[in-house]
This record gives sequence, C-alpha cells and structure tokens, in this order.
Amino acid sequence: MSDIDPTLLHRLQFAANISFHILFPTITISLAWVLLFLKWRFHRTGSEHWMDAYRFWVKVFALSFALGVVSGITMSFQFGTNWPGFMLKVGNVAGPLLAYEVLTAFFLEASFLGIMLFGLSRVGHRIHTVATALVAIGTSLSAFWILALNSWMQTPTGHEMRPDATGQLVAHVVSWSAVIFNPSFPYRMLHMLVASGITSAFLILGISAYRWLQQQRGTDVQVMLRLGAWMAVLLVPTQMLLGDLHGLNTLRHQPAKLAAMEGIWETTNGADAVLLAWPDAKTRSNHYEVAIPNLASFYLTHDWQGEIKGLNDFPDTHPPVAPVFFAFRIMVGMGVLMLLTGLYAFWRWKPWRRLDPARLDQYPKLLRVLAWMSFSGWIATLAGWYVTEIGRQPWLVTGILRTEDARATIPTPMVLSTLLIYLAVYMFLLIAYIGVIRHLARKQTTVAMPTGATS
Amino acid sequence: MSGHALQSFNDWLPVIFAAVMGLAILAYVILDGFDLGIGILLPLADDGDKDLMVSAIGPFWDANETWLVLGVGVLLVAFPLAHGVILGALYLPVAIMLVGLILRGVSFDFRSKAPEPERPRWNRLFALGSLIAAMAQGYMLGRYVLGFEQSATAYGFAALIALCLPSGYMLLGGTWLILKCEGALQLRAVVWSRRALIGVALGVLLISLATPWVSSRIAEKWFSLPYLFLLMPIPLTTLLVFFITDRSLRRLPERLGKQNAYGDWVPFAASVGIFMLAFYGLAYSVFPFLVIDQIDLWQAASAPESLKVILYGTLFVLPVIVAYSWYTFRVFKGKTGLLHY
Repeated sequence: MSDIDPTLLHRLQFAANISFHILFPTITISLAWVLLFLKWRFHRTGSEHWMDAYRFWVKVFALSFALGVVSGITMSFQFGTNWPGFMLKVGNVAGPLLAYEVLTAFFLEASFLGIMLFGLSRVGHRIHTVATALVAIGTSLSAFWILALNSWMQTPTGHEMRPDATGQLVAHVVSWSAVIFNPSFPYRMLHMLVASGITSAFLILGISAYRWLQQQRGTDVQVMLRLGAWMAVLLVPTQMLLGDLHGLNTLRHQPAKLAAMEGIWETTNGADAVLLAWPDAKTRSNHYEVAIPNLASFYLTHDWQGEIKGLNDFPDTHPPVAPVFFAFRIMVGMGVLMLLTGLYAFWRWKPWRRLDPARLDQYPKLLRVLAWMSFSGWIATLAGWYVTEIGRQPWLVTGILRTEDARATIPTPMVLSTLLIYLAVYMFLLIAYIGVIRHLARKQTTVAMPTGATS
Repeated sequence: MSGHALQSFNDWLPVIFAAVMGLAILAYVILDGFDLGIGILLPLADDGDKDLMVSAIGPFWDANETWLVLGVGVLLVAFPLAHGVILGALYLPVAIMLVGLILRGVSFDFRSKAPEPERPRWNRLFALGSLIAAMAQGYMLGRYVLGFEQSATAYGFAALIALCLPSGYMLLGGTWLILKCEGALQLRAVVWSRRALIGVALGVLLISLATPWVSSRIAEKWFSLPYLFLLMPIPLTTLLVFFITDRSLRRLPERLGKQNAYGDWVPFAASVGIFMLAFYGLAYSVFPFLVIDQIDLWQAASAPESLKVILYGTLFVLPVIVAYSWYTFRVFKGKTGLLHY
C-alpha cells in the first residue's frame, strides 16, 4: 500500500465528500425559494393546488436538506482530520468566513426548518411563510459565505503574509471587503446560484413529468410543469452568458486553469477552439483533435488574433489537463442539452397559457426525456466543480499554499479504509434518496382532481 | 498559568473563545443528547410508539445538531493548532461518529417517506446510527481525558466510557419522553431512565477518578488546600442531583397512575443538571489547556485580529440564535402529537 500517493488519497476522500455534499445544496438553495413562491401564490390566489404542490415539494426539500446537513458536517470535520495545514496557513482568513456561515446561516435554516416542516398547525400561515422565507435566506447566505471562501482560495486578495512565532509565513487579513469580494467571487456566486436554479428546474420538470406519466394529473402537477419550463428557459441562457463572463475572469486571473479547460499547450495568437481531443501530458499535445481555427481567441479575447497563454508557460504549476478538459466539455454539453430540451418544452407547451392536459399528452416522448433528465443538473454541477477545483491544482490556495503541504500525516491504510466506508455509505444513500423520491412521485400524495376537470 | 497574566484584551480573547466553545459543546451534548438517546431507545418501544418518539424530536434535531458544528467550528477557527492535533488523534472515531450521525440524520427523514414495508429497516438504521454516534463520542471523550495516551489501559478506559455515554444520552432521551409523552409510553420511559441512570453514575465516577490520576496538575487543582474545601460543593451537588433524579423517577409511576403529572419535568431537569455539573468539573480540570498538559489556549489561538472579527459577530448573533431557538421550542411545547406534513 506504500505506493499509493497519500496526497491523492486525501484528495479523493475530500472529493468524495464534497461531490456527495454539493448535490444537495445545489437543490435546496433554489428549491427553498421555489417553495416560498408556491406559498406566496397560495396566499394570493387561495387555490389549494399551490398548497398541494408545496406539500409535495417540501418533502423533496426535507430529504435533500437532511442529506446536505449530514454531509456538510462531515466536511467541517475533514478540514481538521485531513487538511490541518489549511487552517494553520490561512486560518485567519478562512476561520471567520466559516464561523459566519455557521452563525448567520446554518443555525437560521436548521432552526426554522422545524417550523417550516411541522409547524403549520401550530403557528398559522403567516408565520409559516416567514419561516419558509428564513430557511430560503439561510440557504442562500450559506452559499454566500462558502463561495466567498472558495473564491478567495482561487483568487486571493485583501491579505498579506507575515511570519508567525516560528517564522512560518501566515496569511493575515488587511481588508475584509477585498477578501470577500475578491475578483472571481461575483462570477462564482452567480454561476452557482443559477446552477442551483437550473438543477431545481430540471428536477421539477423531471419529477412532475414522471408523475404525469404515472397518471397523477392534479392541477398541482401541471403548474409545476409550467413553472419548471419557465425556469429552464430563463435560467439556462442566463447561465451561458454568465459562464462566458466567468471564463473571461478565469483567463485574467487563472490562465493556467483556462489553458487546461481549452486544451492549449503552446502560447498562441489566434488559438483554436478545441471541440474534442485526447490531451496527453507526456507528449504535451492533443491527440485526435477536432478544432475550429481561431475561435478560442475570438470568444476569450474578442479578437481573432488575441494571445492565449499555453500550459507550457506554467511548468510544474498547471493542473492535470485531461480531467479539467473533459469535465469542462461535460458541463458545456449538459448545458446545451438542457437548453434544447427546455426550449423544446417551452415551444410545445406554451406555458404562458394555462396548460391543456391534452397538449401534454401529445408529446409523451418529451415527458419521458424530461423524466430521465431529472438529475441532469447534478451532472453539470459536478462537472463544473471538477473544472474549478481540479483546475486550481497544484494549489490549495493559489500562490500561497500547495495542496500537498496542507495534508495530514495519517497512516495511509486508515485514510483508505475511511474512504471506502464513506464511499459505501454515500452509494447506499444516493440509491435510497432517488428510490424514495421515486416512491413519493408514484404515491398518491395529493387529492388529485379527476382528469379533465380543469379544462 | 503558562505565564499569562491576562493583562490586555488580546490575552482574554482565547479565554472568551474557549468559553464559547465550551458552551456550544455543552449545548450540543444536552440537546442532541436527548435526540440520540431517543434513537437508541427506539428498538425497545412498540411499533405504534416509535412514530411518537420520533415526533418528540422531529422539529428540533436539526438545530440541535448545529451546536456540534459551532463547537467544532470554534475549535477550528479559534484554535487551529489544537484542532489539528485533537482531530488527528481522533481520526478513526471521528469518521465513525460522522457515519453514525449521517445514518441517524437521513433515516430520520427517510423513515417517514419510504414505502411502508421498508419502515422497520429505516428504524433500525436510525437506532444503529444513534448508537454508533453516541459510542464514538464516548470513546473520544475517554481518549481526550487521558490526553490521547497510547497504552492498553487508556484504550480500555476509552472503550468503557464508550459504553457509559450512550447511557447518559438514554437518560436524557428517556426523561425528555417523560416530559413530552403520556400514558404507557411515558411509564416505559420512566423504566428506561432508571436503568440508564446506573450507567451514567458509573461514567461520571470513572472520569472523576481518571482525570486527577492522569495529571498531577489536575490532582493538585482539586485536592490541595484550600481548593479541596472550596470545590467540595461540586461533587456534593452532583451526588444530590443524582439522588433527586433517582427519587423522582421512583415516585413518578405512582403519581402518574393517579393522573397527577406534577413533577414530570423534574427527571429531565435533573439529568441536564448532572451533565452540566460533570461538564463543569471537566472544564475546571482541563483549563487552561486544550490538550491536557500539552497545548494551552494561548499557544493554539489564531491571530487576535481574526478572533476579534469573529467575536463581534458572535456577540451580536449568538443572542439572536438563542432567541429563535427558544421560540421554536416554545412553538412545539406541550405533549407531542404525531407529526406529519
């Protein structure tokens, strides 16, 4: 077992935890706001189907929230168990950000979740709506602090390095506003919020389509199909625009990551956009490349002959190319697929009008495709996180701390065994989660109106 | 005390954060303690009562667990050096506890939504997760009290504490049920609580003997004059509270039989008292160290500027958190009914 690189093992463990964890906040951040919207519609219209929709989706929310909480607690412990060097080096920056997340966000959402889930009969509608709003604010605040920290690790500003008692250089904060609103933060924050919205949009579309196919044809299912179509059509194009802006930001602040995303080895004027290839770190070139001449320079610098720095300009400090390169293509590919299905559903269903059940039944294949795409947001989000996190390597904090210097010196077999335990638990829970949601979607959870009663 | 005269505000900062961390851990042990205890007690109950037991903690467990995140969070951000040493030494039990907490937290949610025939399986997982988490925490406490000593005796001691802490949680859970439930379940909870009390007494005794034994500094803090007399009220009060808990548990069934619910809150309050006294005794022993006789508060603390940034937020936010936690407990006060949503 001595030939396993311990840093890789620690990274795999952290990657496993964060990959599992991110699935659930990705849903809850936006689903909380959707629930608030449903509650608000119910108050405005008095129509029971908004409350029916709320009652169904709050169950999905509760499941996702529980999984997000328990895996989040795991993450907070792993800083100490696996990466003690992280807090020693940049604890003065990371500490307060994490503390504020717990103080302002975590307690808020956890406390009011109880009232949101179980309190309706005890506090009345108005306070229940306030509790729902507080949970939604909590989930978004939580994302704010975590992304501020993550962005700072990518593009650190607002600090200086000073020697501590032992002579080690340690980060000290000079300006908190510069730390929080670091150059990549606004892009990363918006990109994540919209990613969450898209994930929820396709979850709503997929599960509602599945319910429709299972002959659950209440008005609540119809309004959720409409809502999902609207969300998809508004959010996916927004995300593509934001992604482009984020890319420009990465070009300026993390050129090595961008070169890996694009698969560009040599610094060139008029770089090609590589659509598909097999990047080879040994030969430092791409095999089987399919590329469009000069296009990368155009969309990155808005000049057909603009200069793009290649990976060879960053010897020893560029990320592993292939994972970043492929993850980026999976994310973009998933985005395109979501754009096409979203637009198609929008065009066919015309959700700005009341949905005619007959119109839904005219396109059974669309419903089936959407049902299969219920968790497509997860694939895009995970791929996006791999681009940004693997793309930061070999740095844990860009220019300040290398990943290998932060890891703990725990015996390798111990790390390996806990990694396997975590993986087994996560696999089991993921299957259970999807199984239970499927069960909820098949069960007659609402008093459905007879088909046709709405038309 | 490690040459620290506590002259400036900066010298006080680590002490303040140690206090915040201590309070968070105490709040966690008491609040999540009764959640975990009810989880462990679940297999002992009839199927019909199981839903009621889970309902008694349903609205609270999530917020209760958050105190653990705050406690570890303060250790992480205020004392990064000690955080690395403690969690490094406890690597395996921490991982096992996390798996336990994960299983407990999710099966709590899955059991009410999974298909009916699968419910017993999720109930078992709920109980198992609670037991694993409680035992892992007990084991960690045992390792911590003996300063992570690497000897067979030390590991044996930790294993013994791993058996005692679940009893403590069962006592909290059982007495919480006495408070929140009625009828047959309430009477069974009295029986469970009385059995659990024996384990708690053993655990408190063992730790009280072990801490002065492992460190001559701690022995001196307790047994030298005049401290011996000044501190005497602590063990004496502890004994008294044990006695009160026991007596009220003996008397309750008779009184409840006469439809007289007077004093059904006493066992829970007294159990909380036991935990608070034990915690105080331990904190007094360990202070000013984070790792007994190895790392003190000032050695482990972060830069004062960062601590101040967190402190101002904490001073403002913590009262708000306490206020709305109190509010949620008030919303769900009184006897528990079956929850659904």
